Amino acid sequence: MLKTTPLNAAHRALGARMVDFGGWDMPVNYGSQIEEHHAVRRDAGMFDVSHMLAIDLLGADARDFLRRALANNADKLHDPGRALYSCMLNDAGGVIDDLIVYYFSDEFFRLVVNAGRADKDLAWLASLKGSYETRGNPPTGLPSGRIPSCSPKSGAVSEESKRPLDERANSALELRPRRDLALIAVQGPNARERVWQALPGTRAATEAMRSFQGVQLGELMLARTGYTGEDGFELMLPAARAEALWQQLIGCSVKPCGLGARDTLRLEAGMNLWGQDMDESVSPLDAGLAWTVDLDGARDFVGKAALLAHPQSRQLVGLVLADKGGVLRGHQKVATPQGEGEITSGTFSPTLGRSIALARIPLGVNVGALVQVSVRDKQLAAKVVKPPFVRNGRILVN
Amino acid sequence: MKTPEHLKYTETHEWIKTEADGTLAVGITDHAQEVLGDIVFLELPPVGKRFTQGETCAVIESVKAASDIYMPVAGEVVAANDALVQSPEQINADAYGAWMFRIKPDNAADTGSLMNAAAYTGHAEK
Repeated sequence: MLKTTPLNAAHRALGARMVDFGGWDMPVNYGSQIEEHHAVRRDAGMFDVSHMLAIDLLGADARDFLRRALANNADKLHDPGRALYSCMLNDAGGVIDDLIVYYFSDEFFRLVVNAGRADKDLAWLASLKGSYETRGNPPTGLPSGRIPSCSPKSGAVSEESKRPLDERANSALELRPRRDLALIAVQGPNARERVWQALPGTRAATEAMRSFQGVQLGELMLARTGYTGEDGFELMLPAARAEALWQQLIGCSVKPCGLGARDTLRLEAGMNLWGQDMDESVSPLDAGLAWTVDLDGARDFVGKAALLAHPQSRQLVGLVLADKGGVLRGHQKVATPQGEGEITSGTFSPTLGRSIALARIPLGVNVGALVQVSVRDKQLAAKVVKPPFVRNGRILVN
Repeated sequence: MKTPEHLKYTETHEWIKTEADGTLAVGITDHAQEVLGDIVFLELPPVGKRFTQGETCAVIESVKAASDIYMPVAGEVVAANDALVQSPEQINADAYGAWMFRIKPDNAADTGSLMNAAAYTGHAEK
């Protein structure tokens, strides 16, 4: 039985082609994926991303916990509503998931994690929480004033941490999955204007809001974030209100877009997808995500020791197919003068009108180099470029 | 899903039209184009090449995935629709107008083994 979002009936009423997306019944397109793609690049489109999970971290220890749990540093978050992209790593430095963390107060952070990783993330965070509380961070709410040096796999397990999370008394850290929320991403150069048309009351509070910033307005959260390389808002709201908002946005000429367009848009924007461009066996340093890892200072985080012991060994680059003869796809082999690599995500780029890819290849292959990709039974030339391929409607590679 | 009565069909979602000269035009069905999504690449067999029935003879790629096109009956390729290679999105727009190649069958009676519209509709809806 597939899981459904609060917008499932709305998708079906629009004639969406529905697919099993990691156990979720989701729209891949509502007709033409390419038209949906262009709508986001040129005007405004929206995606139901309610399969993603918001996890609220509540309590006085929330920041300290995130300093430990995330590879990026939650201490960068000071202004209420500020967002930060980060990986969450295992002890070996592999990527358990990538996520966005929003800061609302020192006792309220919100993570938004991938749908297919939500159960894993929750279990991982719960285990980290258990060891965090065991190792000198008693759940009293008193600031400990020191960096916890716990490891999720070491240390004694207290009776306290064996109990279900919500039964623990006086805990200064609570993990609260928010399956009661729906998520709608409205993206495109005109996306914000359309949201303001649909929800006039939100304009004043969000007009001056910069990128990677969000705000809570009653039951609604708006954030100037997304996964397309365009401007826009991601909206979180109670599930019961989702369909009404969806219909309002359609009424304001926002085009419903499926997960197919979401994938081509994110790939053009040079954004990684967990499970393709990185996973638990891949270091963020080998996935083009070094910029999201904060190795500075004394802060210890899960996976830091492994990253320090194993510096970058490969690079994630962009490829643009130079020859005709097919489409670049994940797992195709890439021959370079420095050795073999592999495409991690590939597609046809509607904006460029040619095939593009992200590929993990040996260090030392420079931007501008031509490499050979095995496409079915052929070797096709592709040019190495620095992602992103497209941002804010403009092509950035040639 | 459109399934014209005057065409024959394969289990692998090709349609076959018998032309007045006895050659067979081949394309993919409306159902196939809908499942594939936006088609962005097409590679056709060289004219003059012979294939056995069921052999891979062309490649079609959508934004989503690559798929093989299979020879519906044994024969020789006598024409390829090069205009379609330049604008493969025509397959999405009009699957039954978008012929990919024509073949001269080794044995005209071989088309008798292909599905009619009703049988294909049942197959595609499974």
